Amino acid sequence: MKKINGPLDKKNIQGLKAGELILFSGTFYTARDQAHKILVELMGKGKKLPLDLKNQIIYYCGPTKTPPGRVIGSCGPTTSARMDSFTKPLLENGISAMVGKGRRTKSIIRLIKKHRAIYFLAPAGCGALLSKFILAKKLICFRHLGPEAIYSLKVKEFPLIVGIDWQGRSIYEKET
Amino acid sequence: MKDISKHIEDLVRKASFSLRKDIEKALEKAYHQEKEKKAKMALGWILENAKIAEKEKIALCQDTGLPVIFIEAGNDVKLTAALLKRVRDAVLGAYKDNCLRPSLVDPLTRNNPQYQGLIEHIIFLPKAKGLRITILPKGFGSENKTQLKMFEPTAQIKQIEEFIVNCVKEAGPESCPPFFLGIGIGGTSEYALYLAKKALLDKIDSPNNDKFLRTLEKRILSKINSLKIGPMGLGGKFTALAVKIKKSQTHIAGLPVGVNISCHALRSATIKIK
Repeated sequence: MKKINGPLDKKNIQGLKAGELILFSGTFYTARDQAHKILVELMGKGKKLPLDLKNQIIYYCGPTKTPPGRVIGSCGPTTSARMDSFTKPLLENGISAMVGKGRRTKSIIRLIKKHRAIYFLAPAGCGALLSKFILAKKLICFRHLGPEAIYSLKVKEFPLIVGIDWQGRSIYEKET
Repeated sequence: MKDISKHIEDLVRKASFSLRKDIEKALEKAYHQEKEKKAKMALGWILENAKIAEKEKIALCQDTGLPVIFIEAGNDVKLTAALLKRVRDAVLGAYKDNCLRPSLVDPLTRNNPQYQGLIEHIIFLPKAKGLRITILPKGFGSENKTQLKMFEPTAQIKQIEEFIVNCVKEAGPESCPPFFLGIGIGGTSEYALYLAKKALLDKIDSPNNDKFLRTLEKRILSKINSLKIGPMGLGGKFTALAVKIKKSQTHIAGLPVGVNISCHALRSATIKIK
C-alpha cells in the first residue's frame, strides 16, 4: 500500500491510478454544501477568498462536535454529487484533490482530467474509524455554519481509494 | 414515572454509538462470506468503525441523523402534551450533551438553530400496556434517495420489484451500501412512506409473518444483490443485507409503494417504560 505525504503535487497525483488504495498524510480542508455555495459566490463577485485553495485537498465532510478529550468527533465523507455544481470554479481556483463518497457526473470527470486533479473515496459511513487518523482540527472560516464551517484537518495515514484519477479513469464502470 | 430524561439519554447514546445487534450480525456474516478483496476490506472498515464507536462512545457516523421518534402508548398510559414535551426535550438535550451533530436547519434559509426539531410519530395500542419509545436517527445520505410511486391498481408485482431495484440502483454507492430497505405498500402516499420507515425498525433476522411478503422480500433482495454495487461501490456480493416490507389496505383506484433506504449503519433503539 502506497504511503503519500502532502502537499499533493502533480507528480504524486500522476503516479496514482483509479482503484488504488493509499494512506495519505497531510492537510485536508473540510467543505460541504453551504461552504461551497459561499466560496463560489465570493469567486463570482471577484472577492478575496478566506483561504488559498491552490494545491489544496477539499474533504466533503461535516464532523460532529468534538467530544471532550478528543481531537475530533465522527468525521466521515458526505455525498460528493451534491458538490458537483460547485466543483468547476473550485478546480479553476487551484484545488488539486477532492475527498468524498460516491459517483460524480461525466462533466466532473472531464474537469478532473482537464485540471490534472484527482478524486478520492474515503471509507463511507466510518466516521468513528476515520477520527483515529486525524491529528489536529482547526477552524479556518465560516464559523456561523457550525458543522459546515471550513476546518483544516491534519491527517496521518488516512485511508483513501482513488475514485477518479488525473486521466479521467473512474473506479465506477458507469457514471451518471 | 422514573426520570424519563435519563432513559432517553441512554436511548440516544445507544442508537448513536452502537450498531443494533441484528445489524452487526448481518454485517459480520457478509464480511465472512465476501470473497472480493476490496469489498471485503470496506466491510472490514465498517466493522472496525462500529467497534471504535462502541468502545470510545462516539458517533458511528458524523451524520447523527434527523431524530425520528416513535412513541407507542398502551391502554394504561396517560399520554399528555407535557409528557411528549419531556420526551422531545430529552432527545434534543441528549443530542447536545453527547456532541452529536446539530444537523437540523430551516429548509429555506438553512439557518441552524442548534439542536431544535425532530419528527415524532405517536401510536396508540389499545391492547398493549406501558410506553415504548424508539429512536431512529435517520441519516440523509440514504434518506435523500427515498422514493414513492403511485402504481395503477392493476400493476403487476414484477413492476413493483423493478421499481424497488431501480431505487437502489439510483441510490448507488453514495448512500453507503450495503443497505437495509424499508418498503411500505398500500395506504395513502404519506402512509406508504411511513410504513417504509417503520419497516426499518423490524429486526432483520425475524421473518415477515406474511408468507407472500416474505417471498417477495427474498426475491427483491436477490435482485438487488445482482446489481453488484457493494460497499463503497466496490462490488461484491452485498449491495443490501435485508428488505423489510409492510403493507396496509389501500383504495380501489391506487397502489402506493414507498421505498426508504437505510445506509449500512441502520441505527435505532427502543425502551419500554412501565
